[in-house]
Amino acid sequence: MQLFPCPFCGPRDETEFHYGGDAGNTRPDGGDVPIDRWANYLYLRSNPKGTAREIWVHMNCGEFFVMERDTLTHKILSSAELGGEHA
Amino acid sequence: MTASRLATGGSAIDRSRPVRFSFDGATVDGFAGDTIASALLANDVAVVGRSFKYHRPRGIWGAGVEEPNALIDIDGASPNTRATTEPAREGLVAKSVNATPNALADRNAFLDRFSRFIPAAFYYKTFMWPDWHMFEPRIRAMAGLGEVDRSWVSSGPADQVNHHCDVLVVGAGPAGLAAAKLAAGAGLSVTLVDDQREPGGSLGYRDGEIDGKPAATWIEETLAALAAGGHLILPSTTAFGIYDHNLVGLNQRHFDGRRDTLWRVRPGKIVLATGAIERPLPFANNDLPGILSADAALSYLRRHAVLAGRRIVVATNNDSAYEVAAAVIEAGADVTVVDIRRDGMPAAPAKMKLVKGRTLASAIGRLRVEAVTLDDGSRLDADCVLVSGGWTPTIHLFGQAKGKLAWSEARAAFLPGDPVDGIAVAGAAAGAVSLSEVFTSAEKAVAAPGAQVPAAPRSTGPEATGGISAAWPKPGSKGRVWIDYQNDVTVKDVELAARENFVSVEHLKRYTTLGMATDQGKTSNLPGLALMAGITGRTVPEIGTTTYRPPFTPVPLASFAGGRVGQSMAPVRRLPLESAHRESGAVFQEYGGWLRPAHYGGRDADADRTIQDEARRARQSVALFDGSTLGKIEVIGPKAAEFVDFLYYNTMSTLKPGRCRYGFMLSENGVVFDDGVLVRLDEHRFVVSCSSSHVAAVHARLEEWRQDRFGCGAVYIHNATSQMATLTVSGPNARKLLETVGLGLSLADADLPHMAIGHGGYGGNEIRIARVSFTGDRSYEISIRADRAEPLWAHLREAGKAFDAVLIGLEALMILRAEKGFIVIGKDTDGTTLPHDLGSEGPRAKRQTEYVGRRSLFTEQASRGDRLQLVGLTVPQGEAPLPTGAHGIKRSDGRLRSQGFVTSSYESPTLGRPIALGLMECGAARHGETIEMQHLGKLRTATIAAPCAYDPAGERLNA
Ligand SMILES: [Zn+2]
Repeated sequence: MQLFPCPFCGPRDETEFHYGGDAGNTRPDGGDVPIDRWANYLYLRSNPKGTAREIWVHMNCGEFFVMERDTLTHKILSSAELGGEHA
Repeated sequence: MTASRLATGGSAIDRSRPVRFSFDGATVDGFAGDTIASALLANDVAVVGRSFKYHRPRGIWGAGVEEPNALIDIDGASPNTRATTEPAREGLVAKSVNATPNALADRNAFLDRFSRFIPAAFYYKTFMWPDWHMFEPRIRAMAGLGEVDRSWVSSGPADQVNHHCDVLVVGAGPAGLAAAKLAAGAGLSVTLVDDQREPGGSLGYRDGEIDGKPAATWIEETLAALAAGGHLILPSTTAFGIYDHNLVGLNQRHFDGRRDTLWRVRPGKIVLATGAIERPLPFANNDLPGILSADAALSYLRRHAVLAGRRIVVATNNDSAYEVAAAVIEAGADVTVVDIRRDGMPAAPAKMKLVKGRTLASAIGRLRVEAVTLDDGSRLDADCVLVSGGWTPTIHLFGQAKGKLAWSEARAAFLPGDPVDGIAVAGAAAGAVSLSEVFTSAEKAVAAPGAQVPAAPRSTGPEATGGISAAWPKPGSKGRVWIDYQNDVTVKDVELAARENFVSVEHLKRYTTLGMATDQGKTSNLPGLALMAGITGRTVPEIGTTTYRPPFTPVPLASFAGGRVGQSMAPVRRLPLESAHRESGAVFQEYGGWLRPAHYGGRDADADRTIQDEARRARQSVALFDGSTLGKIEVIGPKAAEFVDFLYYNTMSTLKPGRCRYGFMLSENGVVFDDGVLVRLDEHRFVVSCSSSHVAAVHARLEEWRQDRFGCGAVYIHNATSQMATLTVSGPNARKLLETVGLGLSLADADLPHMAIGHGGYGGNEIRIARVSFTGDRSYEISIRADRAEPLWAHLREAGKAFDAVLIGLEALMILRAEKGFIVIGKDTDGTTLPHDLGSEGPRAKRQTEYVGRRSLFTEQASRGDRLQLVGLTVPQGEAPLPTGAHGIKRSDGRLRSQGFVTSSYESPTLGRPIALGLMECGAARHGETIEMQHLGKLRTATIAAPCAYDPAGERLNA
């Protein structure tokens, strides 16, 4: 069982987390976004072998964060808050 | 006379405490400290079980977890328990497995005479036509090991423990004890586990002297020092798996009636001191009872004072058996050692006869070994054969942790290869033989940069040597040479697999079942793949090993389940008013994780009539309904309006404070994700009323957009669903009823119109009333603090008597909403339904601002003319309701094609006819068209109609 570092709670069991997609998959706004661009946003995933930057959410506290991990070795490389405005 | 208990000795047994148990109905006498296997051996019980496939008689082979043969059922509760690891206990009832009526006189033993006709994969090949599943039950019944006693009841849930330590040492033999001692000396917290009841491992019965002390004294002192230092020692505990990030699973046995305990350990470092397992040697009939692992025989002799035979042949290819030979000679046996090697062996002990450069060709005997023949044709009488085919390091856990193995020609075994982070291997598991090597490896395992590790123990006695000459099974062997005892795999089966090109080790395993039994091939995997190497002209490392997976030994499912049994397996959520509903005779059902009243009174056969009655009466006067599960997620903050605009398909920022609006939330792919009413409490505060079973998902979605797009200071989200109870009063007399209760606000339609909210009070508590209707009738949803809801609910029921109010459960509500054509997401929609499929075209056509899922509503797919659209369906007069799931069909070229399906279907008591909702191709434009419906091969007709079957003008909302 993997241990994921929640930026808010610290290391917790992987079962407490949900996967939230690739980090950096920016949403293209607008009704006239080219359909290929929109399709890539919706469906194209990088699925790398090795280092991956991903969004995860810790369901217990609700924190969404960016985690870097190695998909081959399951090593966790880093985790950080999303970096939005924090009042 | 063959196996027997000696008059003296036995470090593990207590002769002052005799124990008596039964095996296959016969009485067995032993002592405290015996295992079932040692006691059976002491009583000279040779045949202890029957083999899996051929029902061959089998005897005890080993003395530990590797045992392939001696499987027993204990007290009907623990099937397939290894007799070698199970303590003998007074009154215990043990039964051999796969034997009818018992191991000695098994009536299926005839199968063995047909073995020629039952090779590997025989069943798959023979019973293919017409269908394997026709034959499978009979074959399984005949082939299976152990039996589960279905009447057995658990003594309670198994404990589960989460545990942390600096160093977890697996195995308390010489390497593990040394590693634990060194780690403790370095100031680290240590947990030491061992699968045997007595720590010590091979030191408990092999020669050794450490720091000038006898091994037994050193073991005792080391354990005492660890205990005194506050370190945790867990005997009878198997480390069965290493999982991601070095989580280690332990299963601890208690032997006192308690369930096993599951430990989840997160150690800073793992030291695997798991030892090595002795391999058999290949010769014909090498599975006869009376043929034991030499190491096991030494363990039985020294620990339980049991001598395995009187006339013993020791067959070996390595040095380790010589210590065994010397010991059994000293205990009074007549011993001949047959060594495959011509030279390079250790000095032969006195009185030992040695045959050099020979191997065993076969064992002779029916139910137990009587003699052996050698490869030169000579014959030796024997009542016992002790075998050592070399040592297989126990590297299972290292393999599970994705450790790569390295082949050692010198040891004729796979050893741990490149190190794995956080895991060190020590002792025999790492290929160490002498105690000096063992202690050196333990020192290396514990060493860490900056750690002050004390001096390692020193071996001061005689040292074991590791000379070996590989003796793998060979292709073309005469007779039946067994490789996997537990799954009955012979050399010929492996040859057959090779002939049929199942030469990859993973295919070999699955085709022959080699290594797939409960022992997971602990004694058989390496010989099997070495044989495949021989057959195919490759080296053993070229063949490789199969993947190591947990568990190392079987773990009871109860251990994994822990407390998650019965209701705790998937706990239901409960209403604050559950007790009140029970008093009202509610029949509860689970809906989306909530336990809710399905209807009040009327169980089983009366249920349908009761539900119909509730739905009819609800329309006549007034109904009371507990809607507490309805989502109440508050969205607060300066950007709250902008936020809900983005989250909803419908524009919400134009909503006035104190008003409500129905809308959809979409997923980014445009599919309708949830529907419900949004309440605007004030300028910067909204309440999202989402579907009851969808609250957690909606909440997570709101959080995601808040954190990812809007920023945490702009919007706050608070899920208040369980803080408030919501009591719904619905029906033509709803307002009249509420006016008699006194809620502290004006209920006049001018003050509180449909889709508005009002604030009042009841019993000193604030209440919020929303005029929102899921029934189509005038409705009031009253929200109040959950813990103060009960008096209000009682008051409503009491006041309702004057109006013939009816309590309705969820089933009646489903009828009422379906009459109105109101959908339930996930029931009347699926993973392709877009908002305009449900008739909500406006925002798609007009909205200019951004919202979740917007772009997906304008794809080619979303604009198709033949999309499935929400419709109502009526049936010819007098017919029964359509089955939910029935398909509307189209005929083209003589073939049937689905054009949609029924999603909800009920008998409407108010309309006096069946009603249904469905999704049909171009359904919105086809009202009035009659189509064919098919369900389970039966055809009938239905007419497409508007979804709303009752009060389409909505007059009852204000009636
Ligand atoms: Zn957290």
